[in-house]
Amino acid sequence: MKKSIIKSAKAFWNTIPLILSTVLLISLISVIIPQTVYTNIFSKNFFLDSLIGSLVGSISAGNPITSYLFGGEMIKQGVSLIAVTTFLVTWVTVGILQLPAEIATLGKKFALLRNSTAFGLAILVGIITVVIVGLF
Amino acid sequence: MKNGPWYFLISVILLYGIISFFNFGIFLSSLQFFLNTIINMIPVFILVFILMVVSNYFITPKFVTKHLKNKGIKKWFFIIIGGILSHGPPYMWYPLLANLKEKGLSYGLIACFLYNRAIKIPLLPIAILYFGWQYILTLAIVMVIISILQGILLNKIMENDSTNN
Repeated sequence: MKKSIIKSAKAFWNTIPLILSTVLLISLISVIIPQTVYTNIFSKNFFLDSLIGSLVGSISAGNPITSYLFGGEMIKQGVSLIAVTTFLVTWVTVGILQLPAEIATLGKKFALLRNSTAFGLAILVGIITVVIVGLF
Repeated sequence: MKNGPWYFLISVILLYGIISFFNFGIFLSSLQFFLNTIINMIPVFILVFILMVVSNYFITPKFVTKHLKNKGIKKWFFIIIGGILSHGPPYMWYPLLANLKEKGLSYGLIACFLYNRAIKIPLLPIAILYFGWQYILTLAIVMVIISILQGILLNKIMENDSTNN
């Protein structure tokens, strides 16, 4: 058990600078980009909105609860459900700000592939979800 | 490259220094946001560390070979549940996943785990409040299915890459 604790502590210590720098970047972005920016950039075009939703979600970061608050507000402002869905999905599945940390720990090729496929698949998730919800 | 993360941290601190020079308000608000986030993350840090110790103690390469490297639905089910139950930001889990990778976990299963982290059971009541249960249930099911698709896709690509190399 002692060996496991020392091994874990070493691994954890190596991650501390990555965690601190990532949270510092997220904090800066969250302060610089106000919520109104998110509600002003959607166009009401099905495919364009899903793409914009994915892009905005990808560069955003933070607790998913924040994305629900933004998403709920977007719906109230008349933003399409597909845009909000892709925004919610990429908020948690794509991490541009976390990318340096992901590359450093899991490898460059895997991190880039995972994030790019998650980006593309978010649009698919958005389309399927909106179509199914439309059937209810 | 070993000191890369520390250089990255120093660069971000320097960026904060430059911002404080031009706009002290943004600097202070960002710092406040940072401190609040870090304080909220302390329980998650502890949980992740405990899980890392448990993982290092119990999950040996032999264990992973037995439970996760076998082909079948069980390993996917196991990783999906793990992803859904995990807490905190994704980068908190990278060291643990890198550790499991060394023990034989496939890239596809790691991707599947990270994708399913999007489904947060404790936050479901809030999500349902905003979007309705039909929407959230549909989204959750679609995301689980797509996470498997992404996992299979990444396994194929990474496998092809290692074969070509």
